[in-house]
Amino acid sequence: MAGIALTPSGDFRESYRDDTTIFPTKVSRAVAVGSVALLCLAPLTGDRYLLSLMIQAGYLGIAALGLNILVGFTGQISIGHAAFFGVGAFSSAFLVDKGVPVFFSIPLAGLMTTAVGMVFGLPAARLKGLYLAIATLAAQFIIEDFFARARWFTGGVAGQVTKPFSLFGFSFDTNETYFYVVLAYVVVMFLFAANLMRTRDGRALVAVRDHYLSAEMMGINLTYYRTLSFGISSFYAGIGGALYAHYLLFVSVEAFNIVFSIQFLAMIIIGGLGSVMGSMMGAVFMVLLPEVVQTAVDILSGSAIDRALGLAGAISFIREMAIGAAIVLFLIFEPDGLAHRWRQIKAYWKLYPFSH
Amino acid sequence: MLEAAQVSLRFGGVRALTDVSFAVRPGELFSIIGPNGAGKTSMVNCISGRYRPTEGSIRFEGRDITALKPNARAGLGIGRTFQNLALFGHMSVLDNIMVGRHHLLRHGFLTGMVYWLGGAQKEELAHRREVEDIIDFLEIQHVRKAQAGTLSYGLRKRVELARAVALKPKLILLDEPMAGMNLEEKEDMARFIVDLNEEWGMTVIMIEHDMGVVMDISHRVMVLDFGKKIAEGMPEEVMANEHVRRAYLGEADEVVTDEADAVS
Repeated sequence: MAGIALTPSGDFRESYRDDTTIFPTKVSRAVAVGSVALLCLAPLTGDRYLLSLMIQAGYLGIAALGLNILVGFTGQISIGHAAFFGVGAFSSAFLVDKGVPVFFSIPLAGLMTTAVGMVFGLPAARLKGLYLAIATLAAQFIIEDFFARARWFTGGVAGQVTKPFSLFGFSFDTNETYFYVVLAYVVVMFLFAANLMRTRDGRALVAVRDHYLSAEMMGINLTYYRTLSFGISSFYAGIGGALYAHYLLFVSVEAFNIVFSIQFLAMIIIGGLGSVMGSMMGAVFMVLLPEVVQTAVDILSGSAIDRALGLAGAISFIREMAIGAAIVLFLIFEPDGLAHRWRQIKAYWKLYPFSH
Repeated sequence: MLEAAQVSLRFGGVRALTDVSFAVRPGELFSIIGPNGAGKTSMVNCISGRYRPTEGSIRFEGRDITALKPNARAGLGIGRTFQNLALFGHMSVLDNIMVGRHHLLRHGFLTGMVYWLGGAQKEELAHRREVEDIIDFLEIQHVRKAQAGTLSYGLRKRVELARAVALKPKLILLDEPMAGMNLEEKEDMARFIVDLNEEWGMTVIMIEHDMGVVMDISHRVMVLDFGKKIAEGMPEEVMANEHVRRAYLGEADEVVTDEADAVS
């Protein structure tokens, strides 16, 4: 977008190849690679709580990216993303139960979720806006109900116990080790999405969002791309769900409710609709928000406010209110999300100290 | 190249087009003129597939395309621009034009996701090279990275033309390419259209209100009024036609006034 303005002087692009990279400059690329390398060292800190937050942000980020491809890039809407996340979790647990190694069950769960997503995505090809929102809401409830009833698949209300990720006999059953599994998936899935967005089908998705009539004139089959978007979105949700299943090692039916779906929407709104990295920023934000709320309540404990409102007992409500407040505040003050704010910060420092 | 036979289009009781027949020859620059509401855009929409004619048929290179889906027509070689701008506002100019290559690109999402393997990168770069030729030709190099929605009106019109050209169409439909432009922009646009027709070998069907431009660059002109064809022929013939003068151009001595400002 502001690509040209952000190109530092002396950065000459001498080939079209240089001009179509994922990262706009060599420095930003180095920073990204460096951050991943730095993250690889995170387990060395030994802070298991921090690691568990990062793992959560990882699998939620993958699923949020899927929703962003659907909502942010294709301009469709889905209020049933948590259900697809659940399909991924149960599919992987189901496959492991049937003797498939976890290494294979995660991508297979992604594919199974894609299949389910395509079924529910077919109406998406015909519907838009509010009508589609209602259709996906129906999907949410149908799938939730299916979870509760299909005992062969989900273990019914008792839930499904599953095994940890393992490779060549080595079990990734601690935060320190599972962190690497999630990190690898995050890197691969985000690279896939970034590549998708700079090739034919990714552009077609955005074209469908921005102006579907002229997209059709450009030879883009609207039905195909709207369904495809649903499929890709479900695939990401399925992978995220499977990673979640093999982290908690237990999948319960109640987890994938509509509130969770709304949280996914909150992640991409806060992170930035139509931004690949924004999806991760939003997921991190949503993982950290309860921590911030908790800290705030801890600080206030014993004070007059706490005595008047009974904060400590109402912590779970306060968390949900904080999520709601965050969505509203972002919609008003930063509708383009954290990704946009991040770009502005970068632009500011690029010109520092001559920003005016 | 393109034949429309007895095309009629009705919306309920409204007759947008009635028995319109015409043929466009390969390499021609064919203009459709007429007062507002005459059915010009409806005609173009029938050719591009937005509307399906109630009666009659449209043939493109001998093939009946009357019922063909709009997205299938790009592959046959029909491209168009829109009267009201229809760019992908949040994409860069470059991406907008690359969308025009859609039907020429082969790599889908699977190979696209593994950009470096499987040849998607190679294909992208090859097409980028051709797209840059179009960007050069339409003189929009300076905005290629800009977000399309932020550009000025004249530039957006030009980007839209670039996007249609990127389809490599045999037939390009231009719906009021010069509406709302100043004289200089109009001159540029007229030059681009003539170049597309003569150097790039595209057959052009153009709707335009600016009679000066229409008369200068068109090979043949068709006049519509209330959905009916009232004249067709060389620009001079059409100008001399009694019906046309009465229906569209008004008084006999006001022939070359700037109609676009008055009506658009």
